[in-house]
Amino acid sequence: MTDLTSLRPKTRLVLIGRKILRAGSAPIFVVLGVIYLLASIVVSVANEGTLLSIDALESVLSRSVGLGIVAMGQTCVLIVGSIDLSVSYLISVSATYSSAIMNDDPNKMALGVVVVLAIGALVGLANGLVITKLRVNPFVATLGMSFILSGVLNASFQDYSGAVPDQFQYLAYGYFGPILVPFILLGGVVAAVWILLRYTTMGHHMYAVGGSEEVARLSGIKSHRVIIAAHVICALTAVVTGLYLAARIKSGAPWIGPDGNYSLESIAAVVLGGTALSGGRGGVWGTLAGVMILFVLDTSFNSLQVDEFLQNVARGVIIIGAVAVYTYRINKRRR
Amino acid sequence: MTQPATDGPLLLQMSGIGKSFFGVPVLSDVDFELRAGEVHAVLGENGAGKSTLMKILSGAYRPDAGTITLEGQPVTFRHPRDAQIKGISIIYQEFNLLPERTVAQNIFLGREPRRGPIVDRRAMDSATGRLLAQVDPSGTIAPDDLVAHLSVAQQQTVEIAKALSFDSRILVMDEPTASLSPHEVEALFGQVRVLQKKGMGIVYISHRLREIYEVADRVTVLRDGRKVATVGVTETNMSDLVRMMVGRDLEDYFPPHATSEELGEVMMAVRDGNVTRRLHDINFEVRAGEILGIGGLAGSGRSGLAEALFGVAPFDSGAIELGGERVHIRSPRQAVRRGVAFLTEDRKAEGLVLSLSIRNNMLLAMRSMGRLLDSRLPHPVSVRELAANVDLRATSIDQEVRFVSGGNQQKVVLAKWLATRSRVFIFDEPTRGIDVGAKAGIHDLMRSLARRGAAIVMISSELPELLGMSDRILVMRNGSIQGELPSGATEDDVMFMATGEKASVPA
Repeated sequence: MTDLTSLRPKTRLVLIGRKILRAGSAPIFVVLGVIYLLASIVVSVANEGTLLSIDALESVLSRSVGLGIVAMGQTCVLIVGSIDLSVSYLISVSATYSSAIMNDDPNKMALGVVVVLAIGALVGLANGLVITKLRVNPFVATLGMSFILSGVLNASFQDYSGAVPDQFQYLAYGYFGPILVPFILLGGVVAAVWILLRYTTMGHHMYAVGGSEEVARLSGIKSHRVIIAAHVICALTAVVTGLYLAARIKSGAPWIGPDGNYSLESIAAVVLGGTALSGGRGGVWGTLAGVMILFVLDTSFNSLQVDEFLQNVARGVIIIGAVAVYTYRINKRRR
Repeated sequence: MTQPATDGPLLLQMSGIGKSFFGVPVLSDVDFELRAGEVHAVLGENGAGKSTLMKILSGAYRPDAGTITLEGQPVTFRHPRDAQIKGISIIYQEFNLLPERTVAQNIFLGREPRRGPIVDRRAMDSATGRLLAQVDPSGTIAPDDLVAHLSVAQQQTVEIAKALSFDSRILVMDEPTASLSPHEVEALFGQVRVLQKKGMGIVYISHRLREIYEVADRVTVLRDGRKVATVGVTETNMSDLVRMMVGRDLEDYFPPHATSEELGEVMMAVRDGNVTRRLHDINFEVRAGEILGIGGLAGSGRSGLAEALFGVAPFDSGAIELGGERVHIRSPRQAVRRGVAFLTEDRKAEGLVLSLSIRNNMLLAMRSMGRLLDSRLPHPVSVRELAANVDLRATSIDQEVRFVSGGNQQKVVLAKWLATRSRVFIFDEPTRGIDVGAKAGIHDLMRSLARRGAAIVMISSELPELLGMSDRILVMRNGSIQGELPSGATEDDVMFMATGEKASVPA
């Protein structure tokens, strides 16, 4: 008994360590660290630039912000076992409509934000309702939604439309104390989704619905509501990404969402982070690591001036490899 | 009705329960009652209506006829949740747990203690700890353990704790020992007795007679959707129960065994087969005309053996001989080419393409053996002949296979393998989920297949089937063949070999 008490601090540490290692997203952080180190070494040797400098880190992270925000929403959607392919166009909708409404008038900033958030909520609601009530496969439902949004966009805007006021660009370029505002924005979204998934009943029910809709149903969970909620949250994060991009480039254009390939990239980041496409498993930290991996890769390739096509090959290999490792680990556990 | 073994107050009364699916009666006029502090076993073969009765009790199905009375109050359940709120919990064979969530999260799923929208983790964990203390006194399970990391027995304990958390008065356990080791079974019985002392009524579904003697007070026997009798376990013996369950004596229930003249050459032999961590030192032969039974508990390696023979998870070392010739079977395709057929346990998932017609399912395996550019069939075949060969009864061979009964589906799978001219047939649980009348038909088919010179390896966890059908029985335990029994063996012999323990049975 006396031995036990003297051992306690150590065993406690071991237990915590074991928990971290057991967490589904653990390997991705290792991968992130390794890739970051390798990349920084290669870049500093070849280019005499450093990837590890604060400036470089800041630029990597700032480019990650847009993807990071929408990937948080995509995480929720994937956890409930659904998928959202419409976020690219929703990002464009958010960026174009907000800058068109604001039209360089600081007094209309709030209006612009509220309107696009409302549009986002409606789009998410529509996605969720079509998936749950009409029982349309989420892939098809959100693909259809992305066609609809793209049609609406192209009918409304041909080019950059309107502009956000300078004050609004604070969102992309401002500093709050020593910290860039975009990081606070991303941090806020990450924290909100983290709290949602980890601490609220809604979050718990999202994991349950994604893990087994039957178990959730038998436990009295209204699974339709949970799925719809996930889609609304995802749509709202897409809107926030759209607002951030508008602030960054001053004005929204119909192509900024699809050009950034946000739908597939956000899914890639989430999956890279250990969230199962089939649902029920995963979380925000893995997604955050996934986002960072994608951008560490991009920046190091960019600074090495590696061909863009080759970059995509590397991304593909890493995404497939990561998911293969997860699957292997899970199968090993089941054996 | 006989006097109950316990004199606790009446908890539950189901009377005149009837249920039909698509016009086929599954239950008719079944009565059932349960007293507080009683373990009431429900005994019956697969398809006898046990599960349907319990699904009605738990609110998953609504009965077509009859009434349910809980502590004197008539009730109707529209949803499993209704029954749960009224204090009825059910533990299915397939646990309703989320493997990626913790024990506490599973137990309180859908009714998490909370402050505002935030889950009160501490309250949830400590409540879970208190529940677990009742059923897991040695404290092997922690509230924040991930369910995926628990053993099957521990997961069952979590299910029991979940039932306790609902303040259930009635707990239904559906074949709770199906995949437990003898040691774990003892622990489970300990838990059952604890619940019993708390005054809960327990419905214990099983087809293992021995367990019923060990744990139950009364037993209700169902057959073909009807109640045969309710008796106190002390007033009956095993052979009576078997007779009630089967409706006839075991002897005339199965087709006759193979005579020594009917046995031919060795068709398939395995020499020193091993699969890392799963199968060890597998050695056996099966002859033409012979049905070789494979017994053992769930998890003993029976299905792994079938998968190795068919190349799904091939042997890492050792050899398979077919007709005296060493062959490589590294994939199902190679197995099929060499005339090995596998009738899987889960027909709907692995044996059939449910959305295809009977015809296309029958030709599925044979067509895939054709060459890439040569769409002709490897040999001429008549689908009608195949259907006649397996005594298939369907309105049309163009019917989608999902619409035919379980027995007929199994016949379609068999026809599929007859089309490839297989000689060695591996049956994994050949009559699982098939109703009693159709079972005999499948058994007859298997025997006539053997008479026509096929070698059959049959895995079965139903002891009557294993004993009634097999000409020889191999019993597996922990991934190896524990021993061999002749066709005249008893259930005791098999269980002794399968568990390595002689369980004590009150005579």
